Amino acid sequence: MSRHGLLEGEYFMNGDVASAEGAICAGCRFFAGYPITPATEVAERMAERLPEVGGTFIQMEDEIASMAAILGGSWGGAKSMTSTSGPGFSLMMENLGLGAMTETPCVVVNVQRAGPSTGLPTLTAQGDMMQARWGSHGLYGIIALAPSSPQEMFELTIKAFNLSEKYRTPVLIMTDESVGHMSEKVVIPPSNQIEVFDRRKPTVPVSEYLPFKPDADLVPPMGNAGEGYRYHVTGLTHDERGYPDMTAEAQEKLVRRLIDKIELNKDDIIELEEDEIDGADVVVCSYGISARVALLAVKAAREEGIKVGMLRLITAWPFPNNRIKELAGKIKAFVVPELNAGQMALEVERCAGGAAETVLVGHMGGNVHDPQVILKAIRKASK
Amino acid sequence: MNGNHEEVNIEGLLRADRIPHIWCPGCGLGSVLRSFLSALIKSELPLDKVAVVSGIGCTGRTAGYVKLDSFHTTHGRAIPFATGLKLANPELKVIVFSGDGDLSSIGGNHLIHAARRNMDMTIICVNNFTYGMTGGQAAPTTPLNARTSTTPYGNYEIPFNIPYLIAAAGAVYVSRWTAMHVRRLEKSIIEAIHKKGFSFVEAIAPCPTQYGRKNRQATGLTQMNYYRDNSIINHGADPRDVGIELNGPINVGKFVDIDRATFSDLQADILDKAFPPESKPQTETTRT
Repeated sequence: MSRHGLLEGEYFMNGDVASAEGAICAGCRFFAGYPITPATEVAERMAERLPEVGGTFIQMEDEIASMAAILGGSWGGAKSMTSTSGPGFSLMMENLGLGAMTETPCVVVNVQRAGPSTGLPTLTAQGDMMQARWGSHGLYGIIALAPSSPQEMFELTIKAFNLSEKYRTPVLIMTDESVGHMSEKVVIPPSNQIEVFDRRKPTVPVSEYLPFKPDADLVPPMGNAGEGYRYHVTGLTHDERGYPDMTAEAQEKLVRRLIDKIELNKDDIIELEEDEIDGADVVVCSYGISARVALLAVKAAREEGIKVGMLRLITAWPFPNNRIKELAGKIKAFVVPELNAGQMALEVERCAGGAAETVLVGHMGGNVHDPQVILKAIRKASK
Repeated sequence: MNGNHEEVNIEGLLRADRIPHIWCPGCGLGSVLRSFLSALIKSELPLDKVAVVSGIGCTGRTAGYVKLDSFHTTHGRAIPFATGLKLANPELKVIVFSGDGDLSSIGGNHLIHAARRNMDMTIICVNNFTYGMTGGQAAPTTPLNARTSTTPYGNYEIPFNIPYLIAAAGAVYVSRWTAMHVRRLEKSIIEAIHKKGFSFVEAIAPCPTQYGRKNRQATGLTQMNYYRDNSIINHGADPRDVGIELNGPINVGKFVDIDRATFSDLQADILDKAFPPESKPQTETTRT
């Protein structure tokens, strides 16, 4: 057996495996995880591949430990990742909050399955989209990406690492069982053509470094443990030194910044895919596997002469408020197919503000939408 | 950056700008912390490579007072956080300093699994038999019949004997001292720090405010006197015999000191076989 390095070329692989390969290309060298369908293949691939590139894989005792371990790994200086599905995602919420509060770069892959509870462990859903935004207690900003294909699982996992390092925040990959288990061609470019962003290091002398003093982009440079900074990192509300500060003023300053560093950098973070939006009467807004299923309905509607555009949310969080607002003034309706009872549709409706109708095409998961149901919704919305 | 032996005193290892601390008069944490810092200095470890990780609670605040890379994490999760830290940077000496409730109740699963893996880290578990910060509720360590705010008629749960638990789970070094045994505790922490693998030091400590007052040991001094009068130095005792009863004897000493391959040793053995040194990382384009 020989050691394989970074892959390059064309492969036939599923979304879970592609995500693992993306992580390795992004420089991920520590993975802690726990088996769970339908995300296990991410962990299995990392267990095989990390030793080949000098990284470390560990199977933890549960998902609480997995999330805690990747935060520790990140402070130890390694780009770190875990992967899971609904039940494990719920267990990770506590330490996801610690990651947000301590501004710890890391990536969490959630290959969504149908819930609540054990639900349909092997079958697809998109029911954790609001949990991704609000799942940990308290207030914080978060970034979540929604891949639609194995190729995007590869590319967006790299992007997730880059964003996590740039903005010092956990970044979530919110995919679904369909994409995770779908095998397609994945093109892996040569490593010198892959853009990789590493955390900004402190430029001041060790004695002057304040670990939570932000630069102009609201993100503090990050030194790693063992580099001589001797800093304190806490989940308590803290000042720029990292010291606990139990006051409303400190809370306002810190938490406002945790939210603003995402919100005010939205233009840099948000990625959308738009098709035939100009002049459309109806815009289908979707993401993940539902966006691919919706394409069939969009195509059929266009053949019927309906002016329908497609807006795919590659970034789910932060939500593209401005673009939805802008479109709402120009169109009759948004049609939002998603595998839940209405989550991102609520955001679309909120941003449309009544200027355009929002039509949810909900489906509880277990399988994908029947494109005919989406087509009917497009027809009705266009009238 | 420091060499191997840094000239430093205990004050130099404390964040003076965070004093006064939050601990009550009579609390044993100051004494245990002093033994720890003194041990750390005598261990002659390069201090830039030492990281302290705490969970939540009174003991969990320790990370915030030491002038080292220090992490105050979530309740019970210090050990898995420390696991990631250690695996990402094996040069670090990682020390988990946390309380009995944090480590053995909410963090109990992580505790036994880190011991099972023989993860290379040192755990200092300050056991005051109660949840001090939240007002003195029963812990998994609270002796039978002891009064706490959630056992107002006396505790009717059987407590953990932590040394027995942790030895059974696989720790290579297990000792117990009290906050009164400052020098022996310090010596034991030095040994634990130098021990390769999962080393565990239990430090019994007074909590007069939340535990002592409810159990006829109303001051730190009363509790310290109890430790002095009832501690039995019993090196090599079978861990199964060192459980603690209310007002009963406290077996102290070094109970376990064995050698066993660590997680990283075994990982290296297996991976060196899988990837003999001559096989270099390479880029390949035909893998399917």
